[in-house]
Amino acid sequence: MSLSAISQNTEIIKGGTFVPLYGSDSSEVYVRDFELDVYPVTNEQYLNFVKQYPKWQRSKSLSLFTDKNYLRKWTSDTTLSSDMNLNSPATNISWYAAKDYCVCQGKRLPNMDEWEYAAMASQTMINAQRDSIFNSMIIESYELPKTYLKTIGSTYKNYWGIYDMHGLVWEWTSDFNSVLISGESRQDVDTERNLFCGSASVNATNLMDYAAFMRYALRGSVKANYSLQTLGFRCAKSINKK
Amino acid sequence: MKQTIKILASVFIMLSVFACNNASTDTTQYYCPMKCEGEKVYDEEGSCPVCHMDLVPVEESNKVLSDENEVSDASIFNLTSKWNTQNNETIELKELNGDVLVMVMIYTTCKAACPRLVADMRSISEKVDNKEVKYVLVSIDPENDTPQKLKAFAIENKMDTDQWVFLQGTVDDVREFSNVLSVKYKQISPLDFSHSNIISVFNKGGELHHQQEGLGVDNAETVSKILSLTK
Repeated sequence: MSLSAISQNTEIIKGGTFVPLYGSDSSEVYVRDFELDVYPVTNEQYLNFVKQYPKWQRSKSLSLFTDKNYLRKWTSDTTLSSDMNLNSPATNISWYAAKDYCVCQGKRLPNMDEWEYAAMASQTMINAQRDSIFNSMIIESYELPKTYLKTIGSTYKNYWGIYDMHGLVWEWTSDFNSVLISGESRQDVDTERNLFCGSASVNATNLMDYAAFMRYALRGSVKANYSLQTLGFRCAKSINKK
Repeated sequence: MKQTIKILASVFIMLSVFACNNASTDTTQYYCPMKCEGEKVYDEEGSCPVCHMDLVPVEESNKVLSDENEVSDASIFNLTSKWNTQNNETIELKELNGDVLVMVMIYTTCKAACPRLVADMRSISEKVDNKEVKYVLVSIDPENDTPQKLKAFAIENKMDTDQWVFLQGTVDDVREFSNVLSVKYKQISPLDFSHSNIISVFNKGGELHHQQEGLGVDNAETVSKILSLTK
């Protein structure tokens, strides 16, 4: 991949169809070919970003786009705290900031279907949704504390050559707010019944995929200005075809 | 002279908040009218590498803000996205400043919730009955809801006055704006979306003050909030 030096490498994800936990009315979803960052964005990369784009420094960021936890552990606008590793995934970053970071690298956030499609690949299979060993590995990684302190590349490399899809941090997706699962889904959402509480466990396409359910639940519970310690991101890129 | 300073100030503010266009000061830039690559701009005239349409120059907004240029941290006027209105004008949200804004997200082919949401908006507007309020309906289906369709929808629903603004954005900008309103939505088939039903009230400076959730709910609180903000 020929990308500029500060931008990180991507791998091509060959498109295809799959059945996400939570799809559209026809439950199978088609994902086009796209490129995805090999690693989550790191503290060092994000530090360089805020130096280049001061509007995303903690003291200058707008409250419209970031909550109080934005870059919470940083000791100044351009200094990480001493216990933060440059090669750990950048967290405490809002969706707006993550989105702008990617745009500024000439990329974008992956959408939820793309992310899930890339993340269902194990070391050897494109689709390991039904692989019980792979699934229990994911669940076990969710149970480990403070995985956001690990360094990138410390988990596994999947079929596409992508690292750390599970095991370090949750990741933002461009359309995370298309999961209608929060409290308000009981009151004011017109038709969606696919994913809320009791009915979710009945209608969800793959009852085995408890890990996916946790991811969708998280997406349904956050807002775009939230900055969580366990939530990072990586960027994607469309492949333009004639 | 004062006018010139104002224009310069507003241009300066525009440039300083413009995403990732740090070098956009002196030269004209061009963008693809189809926005094949989102908000990407090019430094030279030519054609879009994706759809091969001719690039068009990025126009600077020549409209001067009606009152002070200061925009608060939490204001939606910080958003730099561009929107097409039902009258085929291109605007930024900050051009709506100076009025109380009542906003909702809908799509025109919606059969279930949107007609009721639109009725809720009309009911609010009738009770408020104040010229310093604008009612803004943002389409969550920008690919289908063209300015023409929005105009037809406005006429059909008797919302074709200056007080009603219908907006078409890019898919990305609509997604961003839905996050500002805490509205969730998902396309479930080509002409159908599920979405939260939230009516949001912003003060004249673009700060969120009140949200009404649900369909056909008692709007007394929303109405009194709007009236208090017009003062």
